[in-house]
Amino acid sequence: MLLRYRGGEGMLAWAFHRIAGVAIWAFILLHVLDIWLVSVNPELYEEVLDIYASPIGRVGETLLGAALFYHALNGLRIIIMDFWPATTRYHKQLWYGVWVIFFIIGLPVAWQIMAPAFGMAQPFDFGL
Amino acid sequence: MQVELRILRYDPERDRRPHEESYRVEAGPMDRVLDLLHRVKYEQDGTLTFRRSCGHGICGSDAMLINGRNRLACKIRVDQLGGKRITVAPLPGLPVMKDLVVDMEAFFAKFRSVQPFLVNEGVAPVRERRQSAHDRERFDDTTKCILCAACTSSCPSFWAQPAYVGPAAIVNAHRFIFDTRDDAAEERLEILADKDGVWRCRTIFNCTDACPRGIHITQAILEVSRAIVERHA
Ligand code: SF4
Ligand code: FES
Repeated sequence: MLLRYRGGEGMLAWAFHRIAGVAIWAFILLHVLDIWLVSVNPELYEEVLDIYASPIGRVGETLLGAALFYHALNGLRIIIMDFWPATTRYHKQLWYGVWVIFFIIGLPVAWQIMAPAFGMAQPFDFGL
Repeated sequence: MQVELRILRYDPERDRRPHEESYRVEAGPMDRVLDLLHRVKYEQDGTLTFRRSCGHGICGSDAMLINGRNRLACKIRVDQLGGKRITVAPLPGLPVMKDLVVDMEAFFAKFRSVQPFLVNEGVAPVRERRQSAHDRERFDDTTKCILCAACTSSCPSFWAQPAYVGPAAIVNAHRFIFDTRDDAAEERLEILADKDGVWRCRTIFNCTDACPRGIHITQAILEVSRAIVERHA
């Protein structure tokens, strides 16, 4: 039914919110496991960190960041509607706004995260 | 022009599960899907079963899943659907009795559970109970419901948890909760504060998109949620 029903923006916003939520939850499980490795097998932990730094790992990190960021922004959209129900009349515009902020902030950040793994210079230098 | 009508059919006495059947019908752009269903029933297959009564979008009998969305067959025109192939299926999430007819009993039971009638134990006035235009305006939107079930049966929260009271019942509770002439708002808020009450809404907006009366359903649900939170504040 979920795939058969042709919902609009609201249904998409919710579906992405759910998918992002499950992805974040899966990462937290993974993260608990890798931090646990520090105490039982520090060498293996180092190897896992190398995977995170590899190109695939960086892409994965970027996707995780995207999931977190979408979930947070859409969460704010939902909070706004919860507190001021009349804003539901503009829920589509709010959702488009979510995407505008998502890309304006997300694209440079994605570049920053992925650049080192692909041998490119990072756009921002924080002197780290 | 010729339109292909694909209808999900189910006869509990013959079929084990629903199956699609295709009909070719002559249709003009201003014909409504209900007209096409009539054409099939009158000219091609008299066993096709569906509900309809007024034919003019006011009785709420003929909500169904048309091209993947819940709508009234008597309100949606061929030209609005754009395309020569139209799919028709019964409302999702409700038990199918035959073809496009679903069992609405549980839906109406939820409607009744929110006390959708005026409660006022005070002395009845000699003439009408007066109300300012401003107070009447407060719940105007939710007076328009025709109980077609397009909203409740479009809701993923309802599909996942059929015990959810659903948007239609909340709309009709809203209509009385915010009516200054009514005295039972507290009771209704208590009923809707249940775990299968308003909290199952995930602001998905399928209900608002589906409502043939253009009711701002999600807004009404969130207004009721707020009233529940604020009631003892
Ligand atoms: S709120 Fe709209 S969609 Fe829901 S039952 Fe009433 S008229 Fe139908
Ligand atoms: S037949 Fe009455 S609403 Fe469509």
